[in-house]
Amino acid sequence: MVPLALETSESYVAGAYLVFVALLLVYVALMAMKLARIQRELRELADIAESDRDGESPK
Amino acid sequence: MPSLRTLSLATVAVLIGGYALAFFYAPVDEEGFIQKIFYLHVPLAVVALLGFMVAAIHAIRHLRTNEAIHDARSYVSIHIAVIFGVGALLTGALWAKGQWGVWWEWREPTLVSFLIIFLLYATYYPLRYSIEDRDRQARYASVFAITAGAFVPLNFLAVRLAEPFIHPRTFSSAGGLPGEMLLAFLVCLAGMALLWTTLVAFELGAKGASGDLGRLRRALRPSEPAPPPPRRSVAPAGVSATSMTVDGGSKGAV
Repeated sequence: MVPLALETSESYVAGAYLVFVALLLVYVALMAMKLARIQRELRELADIAESDRDGESPK
Repeated sequence: MPSLRTLSLATVAVLIGGYALAFFYAPVDEEGFIQKIFYLHVPLAVVALLGFMVAAIHAIRHLRTNEAIHDARSYVSIHIAVIFGVGALLTGALWAKGQWGVWWEWREPTLVSFLIIFLLYATYYPLRYSIEDRDRQARYASVFAITAGAFVPLNFLAVRLAEPFIHPRTFSSAGGLPGEMLLAFLVCLAGMALLWTTLVAFELGAKGASGDLGRLRRALRPSEPAPPPPRRSVAPAGVSATSMTVDGGSKGAV
């Protein structure tokens, strides 16, 4: 009977290191989403600041 | 405190060096190739426990000074340490399955005590976010971080004194680790500690930027009601990216 690939020690080692990389990638992806939200809010605030300045300039 | 860029580069260099040593320099012992998980699993667990203790130190500073930055550091330290704890549990389960044939062994004090510590810190989030008032939230979270942090060295000591069932003791076996394995392990441990520090600095920078955005929004539109805070990841009141750079090293991170 052919052993399952998961039953070799190399597979367990590969699995453990893949789990670590996957955890890191998930964390980086979540932080990237947070960064995108911050950038979007920053753009909105820049638009608000510019529209305020344009509204005040004719005075 | 070095900048986030320096920290990141140092982390990558030390981790690559450490795992190169682990795979190409350190010998394979009688356990076989599966022992290579040791260089990942043990540093993850050690750094997670140290992270909990660092969080307790920041919590003490928060209670002494009432400065929000220390609460933020305590929160982020616990957050990253819990992620490392998840990594330690998963990699440990894979090692246990390969070595012992089971994913988990309830009779082994090392495993169960780590799980208890991990579950204790898992309750930090519901405790923290069940309190709406920011000041009370920060104070209660700090008290929790100090109390739980005190359990970490006690727990470590108790495990050392207990009779091991099957889990190997890293430094207590006769003669300890051979020189090549010890060197690889220490470099991996340093790399993991650097990774933890980098992630803490990165997240503190992001939290600081969020806090600054809120302040900017209120300054530009004072009549607008403050937007509801994000479901989690709340930058404590008074925390800004500028204050994060004092020792968070996160200037330019976001």
